[in-house]
Amino acid sequence: MTIRSMLLACSAAVMLTAGAAGAKTLVYCSEASPEGFDPAPYTAGTTFDASSHPVYDQLVEFKPGTTEIEPGLAEKWDVSADGLTYTFHLRPGVKFHSVDGFTPTRDFNADDVIFSFDRQADPKNAYYQYAPGISYEYYNAMDMPKIVKSVEKVDDLTVKFTLTEPNAPFLADMAMDFASILSKEYADKLASEDRKADINNVPVGTGPFEFVAYQKDAVIRYKANPDYFKGKTPVDDLIFAITPDPAVRMQKLQAGECQIMPYPAPADIAALKADKNLTVEEQPGLNVAYLAYNTKQAPFDNVNVRKALNMAINKQAIIEAVFQGAGQVAKNPIPPTMWSYNKDIKDDAYDPAEAKKMLDAAGVKDLTMNIWAMPVQRPYMPNARRTAELMQSDLAKVGVTANIVSYEWGEYLKKSKDPARDGAVILGWTGDNGDPDNFLGVLLSCAGAESGANRAFWCDKDFENLITKAKQSSDMAERTKLYEQAQVVFKEQAPWDTLAHSTVFMPMSKKVTGYVMSPLGGHDFYGVDIQE
Amino acid sequence: MADTTLTPGTRRAQLAEFWFYFSENRGAVIALVVFALILFAAIAAPLLAGHGPDVQFRDTLLAKPMTGNAHGHFWLGTDAIGRDILSRLLFGARYSLFVGFFVVVLALSVGVILGLLAGWFGGWIDTVIMRVMDVILAFPSLLLALVFVAILGPGLINAMIAIAIVYQPHFARLTRAAVLGERSKDYVMAAQVAGAGNMRLMFRTVLPNCLAPLIVQGTMSFSNAILDVAALGFLGMGAQPPTPEWGTMLSEAREFILRAWWVVTFPGLAILITVLAINLMGDGLRDALDPKLKRS
Amino acid sequence: MIRFFLGKILWLIPTLIGITIVAFGFVRVLPGDPVLLMAGERGLSPERYAELTHQLGFDRPIWVQYGEFLWRVLHGDLGNSLVTHRPVLHEFLTLFPATLELAFCAMFLAIVIGVPVGVIAAIKRGSWFDQVSMTTALVGYSMPIFWWGLLLIILFSGVLHWTPVSGRISLMYYFPNGTNFMIWDAIASGQKGALSSALSHLILPSIVLATIPLAVIARQTRSAMLEVLGEDYVRTARAKGMPPRRVIGIHALRNAMIPVVTTIGLQVGMLMAGAILTETIFSWPGIGKWMVDSISRRDYPSVQGGLLMIAVIVMVVNLIVDLLYGLINPRIRHR
Repeated sequence: MTIRSMLLACSAAVMLTAGAAGAKTLVYCSEASPEGFDPAPYTAGTTFDASSHPVYDQLVEFKPGTTEIEPGLAEKWDVSADGLTYTFHLRPGVKFHSVDGFTPTRDFNADDVIFSFDRQADPKNAYYQYAPGISYEYYNAMDMPKIVKSVEKVDDLTVKFTLTEPNAPFLADMAMDFASILSKEYADKLASEDRKADINNVPVGTGPFEFVAYQKDAVIRYKANPDYFKGKTPVDDLIFAITPDPAVRMQKLQAGECQIMPYPAPADIAALKADKNLTVEEQPGLNVAYLAYNTKQAPFDNVNVRKALNMAINKQAIIEAVFQGAGQVAKNPIPPTMWSYNKDIKDDAYDPAEAKKMLDAAGVKDLTMNIWAMPVQRPYMPNARRTAELMQSDLAKVGVTANIVSYEWGEYLKKSKDPARDGAVILGWTGDNGDPDNFLGVLLSCAGAESGANRAFWCDKDFENLITKAKQSSDMAERTKLYEQAQVVFKEQAPWDTLAHSTVFMPMSKKVTGYVMSPLGGHDFYGVDIQE
Repeated sequence: MADTTLTPGTRRAQLAEFWFYFSENRGAVIALVVFALILFAAIAAPLLAGHGPDVQFRDTLLAKPMTGNAHGHFWLGTDAIGRDILSRLLFGARYSLFVGFFVVVLALSVGVILGLLAGWFGGWIDTVIMRVMDVILAFPSLLLALVFVAILGPGLINAMIAIAIVYQPHFARLTRAAVLGERSKDYVMAAQVAGAGNMRLMFRTVLPNCLAPLIVQGTMSFSNAILDVAALGFLGMGAQPPTPEWGTMLSEAREFILRAWWVVTFPGLAILITVLAINLMGDGLRDALDPKLKRS
Repeated sequence: MIRFFLGKILWLIPTLIGITIVAFGFVRVLPGDPVLLMAGERGLSPERYAELTHQLGFDRPIWVQYGEFLWRVLHGDLGNSLVTHRPVLHEFLTLFPATLELAFCAMFLAIVIGVPVGVIAAIKRGSWFDQVSMTTALVGYSMPIFWWGLLLIILFSGVLHWTPVSGRISLMYYFPNGTNFMIWDAIASGQKGALSSALSHLILPSIVLATIPLAVIARQTRSAMLEVLGEDYVRTARAKGMPPRRVIGIHALRNAMIPVVTTIGLQVGMLMAGAILTETIFSWPGIGKWMVDSISRRDYPSVQGGLLMIAVIVMVVNLIVDLLYGLINPRIRHR
């Protein structure tokens, strides 16, 4: 204990001498290195934490702590009656950051918006592929090339988006990281100096923090943007200390070397909660892990067989053994933090005896099936193999022999998309924009059954009608009702066994105030303060 | 090493001489005993272990060493999911010894054949083989093994193959050098004149006379293989959980290093003791086999 | 003399070509499609997949790809990382100082401790010092260094709190336009406490990385010394009544150093292998950790470029050692 307090005294002394002039510094022990500082070519949350969240803004933004949309760089917007035209009215007087070799000469305007989208859409744009291998995967994954017909400048502070069909999630898409607004003036300057790739190394945005420096795989430094349009953030400096090992992150947090950290090891959470100097915030992640049956394959084309198998699998045991408590049993295909989550759905209870009866009734005897388990850890699934082993022993109890199969991750994703796939596959999804369509439309639509993104190859007319109607309506209340009904159909038809939603923990020093966890899983430090 | 014909009598005499020098080295003898104990532990693991290596006692997670409860006694404590560490270590000894043995046999047989071919035939065969060996040796062994495992897929067998591939150039080089030395000697010439075929000459006449350095290199590779497979396991590319391989156990234990020292300490200690015993034996072997160092 | 050097260098060319083939070939047979991995759960349409594969050049015949690879390598272009999209050579060079600093420090420790220990052990052969130091050396030689590193962390960072757990310098210090050689940057910046912070971060990783080379050097020095001490000229010098200190200093040590230098050179390859483990344990942002990460992320160009650069560095160091050896030991040259 004495050694510990001596250490604290020592580190405090170091901080006092080093942190001269009383500047407030927030240190975040991040879990990995960002891939780059231009958010659009990437899909990893770690990269967004270091790029779009501190440095950039979007036209519209997620209200902190929710998946609701609020104004960002656009002060307000109008949607035409047919739902095909979105007109954004831009905020005047917003300043871009200055960095070494670039000082903006003008405020943010419509040209920046056009540039930010045009470079992702138009192969002729100079920034379409500004470095070898750059491609805009998120823009494509969100179907933007199909949805967006044109982006036009009406005047300096007005931009008009024309869509090919009514698409309610579009507004939420505009709040996503790939939709971050970059400075066209900066991009042009880099292009003229033939160093376009630097847009990915030294970011210039309008966000609450200005980029200062990045030491690869070690430290990222930011300083507060004094001109931020929502007001300057309370701290003066923000440091990301890249610390891949969760045990080390925890130790650094406890020693006061950083004030906040993501992704603690599940085994450490009790110890972190017990620490008097720390608070641990938690929230269900915006994700789902599922076991998708091949509904085109006998006997899994029989809904009663699927339901029986669901009842044979003990999901609570998976939560305890695999998630070590850092998760909750899922009953719906969308997570509980998402709007339109249907609380009234009743999950098929764990009941091996009843399951066996149902299998007998369906005429299924001595069933042998494959369970696919992915080889990697994912945010929604800490250990798929162990999950599969638990399922194997559960299924044995109802007379079903399960073989576990696995492939290298890339292969796994590819092979599991094959409609001829033999067996049920463990997989999951992490939400992008908080819209239910991002789960139900992507993972369970008939189009998805065609492309394979719907790993159950389940195409149900009622369900399809409901989600299509919901996607095209812009009336929130109506959409909510439609999605709630869709979840009822889903549960009746049981194309998946919905396994779990993981829980996200965020331990931080008690001195940290104003941190709000995002249901989307990102880490945002605007408005965070440190009490002395 | 002057006599070249291996009659049974001289072989016994050689063995006696060998044992004489080996037993002079106290460390080597102790190591031999320790190694025998480890070997015994590996073979008798099911009898010695108090628990199965994969049995999880969910109510005794991370139990301290020397604690016990209704399930029995945990001499070295339990790991994060309640498995008895001592039992896992005992079963793990099988993997480590098997790994060392397998790697040496594979690397030795491939390396010796390549070295014999290169040394005996010379010319372009020699050039090609030895150039390839040079290329393999240009890469740090662990890095190359890592890439090999990435190609073959993580797993114990693949890790062993990868390490054997990386080790065999050493055997090839040694054999080649020894063959070159022996080739011009009278007894080989005599056998050749007497009409012995290439195969017979290479394997029956020349090879037995190059054995000493190969044996020394073999023991070194044995211990290095155990270290390297453990290292691959530690990096997550070797044996996969729940295999109780020592390196893999360490890799799983890493997140507990500041909370449960025993989970980290014992697997490493097991590796160290095994490798140390083998290296000590190797020192003894070298002293006993290498006439040049014998009297220094 | 010059012919000897030139011959040595020319001899390396086939090996170099072999290295490029290995670096290129390995990476081609790595299972796992990097294009699919980039997309993850979100997946790709078949058209988009074809487009990306084409963009990355994976759809061309293998020998064409190899030819292009070679051509680009000759122009100093190792391709771009699939993860960061930055030039691989640039990434390598940014991280290399960290590894170099660590390796230098480790080698320094190994030589400064290993050589004197070996010499003293040889002179006082059979003494308790000899026995203790050689036993210790053998333990060091048998050490699984990834475990050794963890033990040191538990003791010095966990229990005693003397050293930091990971990183290169306290976050409070920041050197814009630094060389990334932290010790150098810390001195050059003149900031108070910077150097001691950098050193305290460096010490544990250096000890871990130095362990095996230190053991090897100590053992090698001892046996080389013993051999030289048994040679005729040393005995003669002794018999003539030369003071032991001079015998050892002038005759024995100099000759014993020849094999030791070779050993030290050979340790460079070992050091790279050790760096992979050491950097992983201490989250040291260097080449070793980068290679491990790149392999697990299937970042083809990075693995390829890294393999190539590391092999070439090891080869060049070995060449230098060879040449040095030729310089100290004239007998070799005329063989």
